[in-house]
Amino acid sequence: MLNPDRPLSPLLHKIETVGRVTTQWVDTVGFGASLLYDSVFWVCWGGRRKQPVRLAPIVSQMMEVGILAVPMISLVSMTIGLMLAIQGIDALKDFGAEHQVTFGVALSVVREFAPLITGILVAGRSGSAFAARLSTMIINNEVDSLRVMGINPVRFLVVPSLVAMMIMVPSLTLLADVLALFGAGLYISTELGISMGTYIAQTITFLGTEDVLHGLGKSLVFGALITLVGVINGSSVKGGAEGVGQVTTRAVVHSILAIILADLLIVFMLTR
Amino acid sequence: MTSNFPDTSPIIEVVDLTTHYGSRKILNKISLTVNKGEIMVIMGGSGSGKSTLLRHLIGLEHPSDGCIKLLGQDIGLMNEQHMTQFYRKLGVAFQSGALFSSMTVGENIMLPLREHTKLDQKTMEIMARLKLEVVNLAGFENLMPSELSGGMLKRAAFARAVIMDPVLLFCDEPSAGLDPVVSSSLDELILRLRDALDMTIVVVTHELESAFRIADRITVLDKGDILTIGTVDEVRASSNQRIQDLLNRHFEEEILDPDEYMARLTGEPQEAFTHV
Repeated sequence: MLNPDRPLSPLLHKIETVGRVTTQWVDTVGFGASLLYDSVFWVCWGGRRKQPVRLAPIVSQMMEVGILAVPMISLVSMTIGLMLAIQGIDALKDFGAEHQVTFGVALSVVREFAPLITGILVAGRSGSAFAARLSTMIINNEVDSLRVMGINPVRFLVVPSLVAMMIMVPSLTLLADVLALFGAGLYISTELGISMGTYIAQTITFLGTEDVLHGLGKSLVFGALITLVGVINGSSVKGGAEGVGQVTTRAVVHSILAIILADLLIVFMLTR
Repeated sequence: MTSNFPDTSPIIEVVDLTTHYGSRKILNKISLTVNKGEIMVIMGGSGSGKSTLLRHLIGLEHPSDGCIKLLGQDIGLMNEQHMTQFYRKLGVAFQSGALFSSMTVGENIMLPLREHTKLDQKTMEIMARLKLEVVNLAGFENLMPSELSGGMLKRAAFARAVIMDPVLLFCDEPSAGLDPVVSSSLDELILRLRDALDMTIVVVTHELESAFRIADRITVLDKGDILTIGTVDEVRASSNQRIQDLLNRHFEEEILDPDEYMARLTGEPQEAFTHV
């Protein structure tokens, strides 16, 4: 039997570290899954427990997560659309295929860029804010005070954000689709000498409903991930203001990482 | 102070409560009862386990061993749904106030009503104003918590804690960090709440003056053990040296060695900090 007081050999130390980190990850994933389960439970059965999920905080979160992010999403998505058009025409010119740029831009915007960029922007803006808010509330005993008032913190704090995020991230993605395609259209129509109407007609012809749903479906997953990663990080806070800063930074990094990995996984599964 | 509680049936029963943080024992076989209408003060120096005991009493932490009965029901045996219902009979005023910074004082106080009752907005507002009057904060309902002073925050926290007319009220360090005048007025408030609303109150504090002013009985904790439980006069007259040290404020001075303090705080052996 191992003596706990005896120092471990370097090999055993490495094995112990791998084991500990693995356990932590499994624990974190389990916590995320239980949060998701609890959230679905409160949305579906909260009313029966006489603790319904209220509309007002959801609307307030939708305002915070979605409406207030519109200017930023608009600016970034239009810029991305323009950049894609510029790069696309430049690259395809070498093959004499610049007229195919509309097809390339439309698909890449709707299936990939719009959901990904929207997810990353929302993670940076709202995921971090959510982690900061939750961690501050934990430090100030506000979450404890919810519990002792008989108010489930998941229902009161997590569910409104999760629902708002899962409504607003796809909505923002749809907005990003339109504006990125519009930004691309401005450049393409000028550069290739076609009218904006022709460009729009070409885009509608190229894009299928499944392409739009592919992007929106991913953004739905991203919305859930941003909230859950924010909650997991926010609830792991230790210490005071420094701890809040740490979990906030970590929430943004982990959210972006989770979004990119989930994107890869979804694309891999749906395109095979 | 003489005890003036009329009914002596126990509202709180703690039997052999033991809890550990890792390998470190925080509470060691704590047993106590609190009777109906009584103000029980839990007193002790820093690290004595009094806040941990409070967190166990309000169900925020679970003991390693022993049981806690509130109003005759073992809270360790309650499921989450039952506990949620049960919390409506309890009020807790946290040390920091723990008001939600995004809500006004009035919204904070109405929150339990909004979540647990079907009262209309007007009625809830009237009830919130009534409770604010009880704690001498009438007219402050539209202010944000950040606009209140430390004493006012604690008063508002009391108002929220009693909005559902709980049977039991728990207060964590109500007078910590306040000047003597405000501290004294909060003590008066606790006495008034007990008399006016017929509540049983548990107060955790390390303020001696405050404890002696409000307590019917005092539980003195030291390093997770109960040193004594008795009336104010009994505690004052105790021949226990540790109690006399506490009364003469010698407890805090014992832990001046930072390594020893860190060792006690983390449960690690003291040698781990000696050479840092």
